[in-house]
Amino acid sequence: MAELATRTLPLAGAYGGSPAVQLQPARPAARISLRARPDAVEALSAALGLSLPTAPKTSATGGGRTALWLGPDEWLVIDEGDSGLMQATAASGAVHSATDVSHRNTAILVSGPGASQALNAGCPLDLSLKAFPVGACARTLFGKIEVVLLRTGPDAFRLECWRSFSDYAFGLLAEAATDAEI
Amino acid sequence: MTTHRIKGAGRLTPARTARFTFDGKIYTALEGDTVASALLANGVHLMGRSFKYHRPRGILTAGPEEPNALLDVSRDAARRQPNVRASVQEVFDGAIIRSQNRWPFLSFDIGGFNNLLSAFFPAGFYYKTFMWPREAWAKLYEPIIRRAAGLGVAPKEADPDHYANRFAHCDVLVAGGGAAGLTAALSAAQTGADVILVDERAEVGGALLFDTAVTIDGKPGYDWAQDVLRQLKAMPNVRVLTRTTVFGYYNHNFLGLVERVTDHLASPDAALPRERLWQVRARKVVLATGAIERHMVFANNDRPGILLASAARLYLNHYGVAVGSKVGVYTAHDSAYEAAIDLKRAGVDVVAIVDCRAKPGEAVVSAARGLGIEVLTGYSVIDTAGHLRISSITVARNGSSNNRKIPVDALLMSGGWTPSVHLFSQSRGKLKFDAATERFLPDVHVQDCVSVGACNGTDDLNTLLSDAAAAGGGALRLSGEVPFAWTGGMIGAAEGAGKDKVVKAFVDFQHDVTAKDIRLAVREGMHSIEHIKRFTTNGMASDQGKLSNMHGLAIAAEMLGKEIPKVGLTTFRAPYTPVTYGTLIAHSRGSLFDPARKTPLHAELVKAGAEFEDVGNWKRAWYFPKRGEDMHQAVNRECRTARTVAGVFDASTLGKIEVVGPDAAKFLNLMYTNAWDNLKPGKCRYGIMTREDGFVYDDGVVGRLSEDRFHVTTTTGGAPRVLHHMEDYLQTEFPDLKVWLTSTTEQWSVIAVQGPKAREIIAPLVEGLDLSNEAFPHMSVAECTVMGVPARLFRVSFTGELGFEVNVPADYGAAVWKAIWSRTEAMGGCLYGTETMHVLRAEKGYIIVGQDTDGTVTPDDAGYGWAVSKKKPDFVGIRGLKRPDLMREGRKQLVGLLTRDPAEVLEEGGQIVENPNQVKPMTMLGHVTSAYWSENLGRSIAIGLVANGRARMGETLYVPMKDKTIAVEVTDMVFFDKEGGRIHG
Repeated sequence: MAELATRTLPLAGAYGGSPAVQLQPARPAARISLRARPDAVEALSAALGLSLPTAPKTSATGGGRTALWLGPDEWLVIDEGDSGLMQATAASGAVHSATDVSHRNTAILVSGPGASQALNAGCPLDLSLKAFPVGACARTLFGKIEVVLLRTGPDAFRLECWRSFSDYAFGLLAEAATDAEI
Repeated sequence: MTTHRIKGAGRLTPARTARFTFDGKIYTALEGDTVASALLANGVHLMGRSFKYHRPRGILTAGPEEPNALLDVSRDAARRQPNVRASVQEVFDGAIIRSQNRWPFLSFDIGGFNNLLSAFFPAGFYYKTFMWPREAWAKLYEPIIRRAAGLGVAPKEADPDHYANRFAHCDVLVAGGGAAGLTAALSAAQTGADVILVDERAEVGGALLFDTAVTIDGKPGYDWAQDVLRQLKAMPNVRVLTRTTVFGYYNHNFLGLVERVTDHLASPDAALPRERLWQVRARKVVLATGAIERHMVFANNDRPGILLASAARLYLNHYGVAVGSKVGVYTAHDSAYEAAIDLKRAGVDVVAIVDCRAKPGEAVVSAARGLGIEVLTGYSVIDTAGHLRISSITVARNGSSNNRKIPVDALLMSGGWTPSVHLFSQSRGKLKFDAATERFLPDVHVQDCVSVGACNGTDDLNTLLSDAAAAGGGALRLSGEVPFAWTGGMIGAAEGAGKDKVVKAFVDFQHDVTAKDIRLAVREGMHSIEHIKRFTTNGMASDQGKLSNMHGLAIAAEMLGKEIPKVGLTTFRAPYTPVTYGTLIAHSRGSLFDPARKTPLHAELVKAGAEFEDVGNWKRAWYFPKRGEDMHQAVNRECRTARTVAGVFDASTLGKIEVVGPDAAKFLNLMYTNAWDNLKPGKCRYGIMTREDGFVYDDGVVGRLSEDRFHVTTTTGGAPRVLHHMEDYLQTEFPDLKVWLTSTTEQWSVIAVQGPKAREIIAPLVEGLDLSNEAFPHMSVAECTVMGVPARLFRVSFTGELGFEVNVPADYGAAVWKAIWSRTEAMGGCLYGTETMHVLRAEKGYIIVGQDTDGTVTPDDAGYGWAVSKKKPDFVGIRGLKRPDLMREGRKQLVGLLTRDPAEVLEEGGQIVENPNQVKPMTMLGHVTSAYWSENLGRSIAIGLVANGRARMGETLYVPMKDKTIAVEVTDMVFFDKEGGRIHG
């Protein structure tokens, strides 16, 4: 039998940040891009063990999984545990499309009192807690790239981007972190 | 050195000093000084030379509207900024400041001859003079004009500073921190609203900085302003941005701000950006931008020592500097009297107030006279004298020829106040001319904004305070007192600018436009203010006519005999004041200029010594030179090795789209020209996609993984647009189909292994799949395991050799690549890059969409007519392909081209003709789209688009080049392995 392939993470060794902003490449996670019409939401929710959100800018968490609303028929489902996302949706019995994008995306965890300021160096959204509370998410711009932003805490965000854009995202965050105040 | 600082005057702390040089001479300033106030404190008025006539010029203003004192300010060679306004730049210890637009010295400048020759430089000079002879333009006129034109010299070094960007949102943005802005901000903040208050100066207060006679809420105006600032800063819902200019007001209450973070600091923290761009979306905008004092237009009104009355008052009351020791005043507005009164009280000799009005405000006149100042009402200043500094004014009663010369060393002037409606106008607000006060005032607000205070034409302090409080939306009620109500103001040329006299009465100081120039423009037929502006360049300098526009307009209106609103007003455009490129670029420099996309295998490619080429934003391995090899040698070796042993290629950038759903095959049937419903799971098919017009849009191999799941590949550059194209059709034309598209380009690392040994190389790494020809023939796809990782294996070839494309989840790519390469290397194979990929595919006549096709090529033109289904009832492009022009005979078709001399490699883009002896312009049949040296064939090969190409097999055509004509034979496109046996090896 051939040797087993090892994993090389896109942001391996990346470091940066400031007293106001901590930057950390997220651990590998399983992800699917889930597409379905409204009539399939209930079955897919049951299969995934969470309530797929149906309102813009919202997410739902359950059983170690987070589902982010990206569009009227589109979710990004992230599982930091032992996945089985594809199997779960396949067993739902509902018409849908689930595509494994675990390796397409990577994530950067942005936290600290200056987190929203650092993100606002490149993201035009209003990231105040009023407009973008904990659990809010959006597919948006960060500088010149597309990202999916999820607020995981009052001072904590998860920024998902495609892997080839992660150097840029991390670089811009690192530069912006030095301009954020505590 | 004599100081012009008055003891006890101003708000700066005498103990805190800073040293700087101006034109090499060392000066001392106080902390908080601007360059202007510091130089004035040292008795220096001469700060520059004018743009066109090189006339000596001094500081005119104390704010961002300064047109004269534009200086070069630096910390070191790279940190140097030209055209800095002396009235805005704060002094920092160690600043190196130089004057501009002069040679050899500021006090003696050769260019000053332009002033003597000014009769030869009238308005419109450039348009009239350099018209002939035509040849002289490029060689003579343009170089001379270019040397003379422009102010300041840009640094050649890269800018070592960095700049930041910040997007922000707020409920209320207040532009301007004067009495109105502070009141509005406090009023809004007290309601709990998120407020951003912006002021361009280092300190808030606006006019309260100079107008010390005002009291608000029982306190002196300045103290009140600082109190309010403290209150605002203590509120968590308020952000105060000083040294920040709102430079642009765009749609939907989106505003651009520039914050000058370090320009005033002697040794700034390297972590700080020099400037920060704020892009703010505000629910509501309060414009409290104030007003700008106008100068008086009269003969020789530009000598150093002549400045605006309010500027002199600010220099005295804030900076503690007297602008002269023998001061005259020339005014059409009451406010100048208060400047005279303040100076007089500070012990400065004010020799006369010359008021062109017959009836100024009685209170100010008697106050001035009470202090012993001579007030001449109904008089004008008709001329001034003095070379590098004003020495006297000539005064005459209006209408009289008797005149009197009064020695002065400074002259204050005030033509009244122009409301700052720049931002309001940028917001597309409509202005209305108020004839009584000769002001353009905000009329219709188009966006959710409100104008308050002087920018709204409000003269009364208590009205201003209540308007501003109401604009903020809160319950704040304030009252204030002023000693004098101001009246007056004039626009246009004053008495001394004599209608037909040859005098220089400057309207626009920065561009050296005089009243005479505006009159000339009208006489020469310019009747619209837009034409007058461009003919004279009035208001076209970097100050954008903040002082000159109203005067220019009034002079033109008078000449035209029209009312001012009938002549029109030029457009106010962003930016309000100049903004550095650094700020606009912000973070987008160096590695953050544009994302450089690297494949998961990038580090391995670098280790292997790859040279890279940019394909879109991707970095792709181009070729892998061994020690001593040039590109051609490397590519020749790679081409040879791939066909004799095997080559390994990083194909990860290939666009990938997963098409999933019960209607997936139906959808692909519609998007591609060929049929998909009969493709069995486990099989691949090459597909061509056309646009609605029938021209080739993209191509690629599509594998069917299961009934409802396809793995679509696109060209590297086509990936995003193909996905958008498909999504567009899915959403707008075929919304009933149950199918979804997901980009998976980056999910997979794709390693292409091509060549006779390809199977042998990968076989031991693959589990769960029989790789034999019978079980897994060409154009197969399977999900299997590679090195313990779930993989998608394609049996496909873009080389014509036995080939596989190994797709593994991206993070595993590097490990699989290493294993494959180690086996390949051991067998004598090679790594190859995009250049070899191009040659190998051309040897087989495989096209590259975008290189061999150009958006005017149909599938049939490209020789892929077989890929267009004759049976399908519909697909995107089916109607386009039936257009007569697309079906006619004689269209350009892709064919092979073989040079008569096998060593000659054609140039891509070379034109193809039938008869090279034809008189130019020759009839062009087409052009060369691909041309390479083929090491495997030992000769050059090429592909070209040729009119009626397939009917010309065997014909000799010609490619005329600059130095020779190359004969080529038309052939079919497959040059290597014509039978195609190798691919099934």
